[in-house]
Amino acid sequence: MSTPTVEKEPASKVDLAESGDGAGAVQEFDITLKVRRYDPERAEDAWWDEWELTMFGTDRVLDALHRVKWDVDGTLTFRRSCAHGICGSDAMRINGRNRLACKTLLKDLDTSKPIVVEAIKGLPVEKDLIVDMEPFFQSYREIMPFMINNSPAPTAERVQSPEERQRFDDTTKCILCAACTSSCPVFWTDGQYFGPAAIVNAHRFIFDSRDDAGDMRLEILNDKEGVWRCRTTFNCTEACPRGIEVTKAIQEVKTAILTRSL
Amino acid sequence: MTTTNSEAVLPAQGIEAPRSGRIDPKYLRSNPSSGSFEMVAWVFMRVSGAALVVLIFVHLFSNLMVGEGIHQIDFAFVAGKWANPVWQFWDLTMLWLAMLHGTNGMRTIINDYAEKDSTRLWLKSILYLASTVIIILGTLVIFTFEPCLVDDAGNLMDYAPSFCENIVN
Ligand code: HEM
Repeated sequence: MSTPTVEKEPASKVDLAESGDGAGAVQEFDITLKVRRYDPERAEDAWWDEWELTMFGTDRVLDALHRVKWDVDGTLTFRRSCAHGICGSDAMRINGRNRLACKTLLKDLDTSKPIVVEAIKGLPVEKDLIVDMEPFFQSYREIMPFMINNSPAPTAERVQSPEERQRFDDTTKCILCAACTSSCPVFWTDGQYFGPAAIVNAHRFIFDSRDDAGDMRLEILNDKEGVWRCRTTFNCTEACPRGIEVTKAIQEVKTAILTRSL
Repeated sequence: MTTTNSEAVLPAQGIEAPRSGRIDPKYLRSNPSSGSFEMVAWVFMRVSGAALVVLIFVHLFSNLMVGEGIHQIDFAFVAGKWANPVWQFWDLTMLWLAMLHGTNGMRTIINDYAEKDSTRLWLKSILYLASTVIIILGTLVIFTFEPCLVDDAGNLMDYAPSFCENIVN
């Protein structure tokens, strides 16, 4: 029988403090979560609910909503899927700004006041924080968000230079969360405006060298409810959780329509 | 065994996508607009805006800074300017551009803020009427302005500016 050798622990990739409580030391604080509720089966009008919660410094608004839904009031209704800023399900108005609940850390908000959460504006509210996204997707479908190429398909991929790819890189990042469109005052008025998201996704194909239907999309967005309704208020750029320069993309589409007409 | 059931080709055949066709009519765009009116209006706002910067500041400078400054402005001063075809043209351009620019700007605001089509129609009718009246009236004044009014006997009216005496007498 051999003497057991004391194996040296492998160096950890995470630097843990020598002393202290380790992972337990995450800062804790109290918040008030104030949510605008709506349930047509319970009441005709919307109402506000408030909850006092003790949350951690690593928690996001989504964690606070989960805490309520799982531990306090199961009727609270909201959408979320991946919970990590990719699926685009949980866009909501947090303290008056459109944000993804899963990307908004509570510690970055003013926790001395209630954290106010509402459904995004301009789309019909179905229940609590869930809105009917169908009008939003209808505009998206209208700009034909798919590649159209009339030349015969090559045996390999359609080649594109890095510069050509870079041209529309920014607008490929859209996750269709509707934070931009539902932050746009022009969209709020009557919902007729195509909205930033549809224009961003048109931009993604208009400036793609492999696509042949740019003219058709420019024609669609030359509509009276198209790009010319944009008043460059930059709400969309401010709201985009993916950091897309939305207003700039809209401006580029305007310029493309103009140069095409000249 | 291969399936021969043709209805099984599309797995979801007969099952509609959730909510499909259930779109609130408020959001449906009724008639796609033909023509490029909105584009022309957009370009006009920028071109007329740039022109207005020059027109307005030269106007303000020549009225308020040159000569005796603000103290020179009276009936005679305006009459004197409109005796000059350059200023007539200047003020006419300024009037038309500012009015069309302002009217189109108000049209935009009405489109952006009025929620009902009937409200829009009303507000725009009032807007267009007011603009038309002001443009026509302004144009008339610039071209038909007569500073040296005389009475039936051919004598200058009391309030006529002093330079009229050289012209009439
Ligand atoms: C001094 C030079 C001026 C410049 C450079 C200028 C420029 C502009 C521009 C570029 C817009 C379009 C904004 C947009 O599409 O989002 C605009 C809108 C507007 N302008 Fe002017 N403008 C000037 C003078 C005037 C004057 C004299 C009037 C009034 C008679 C006026 C009334 C308006 C109105 C009501 C709007 C609509 C407001 C809006 O769309 O937010 N502007 N202006």
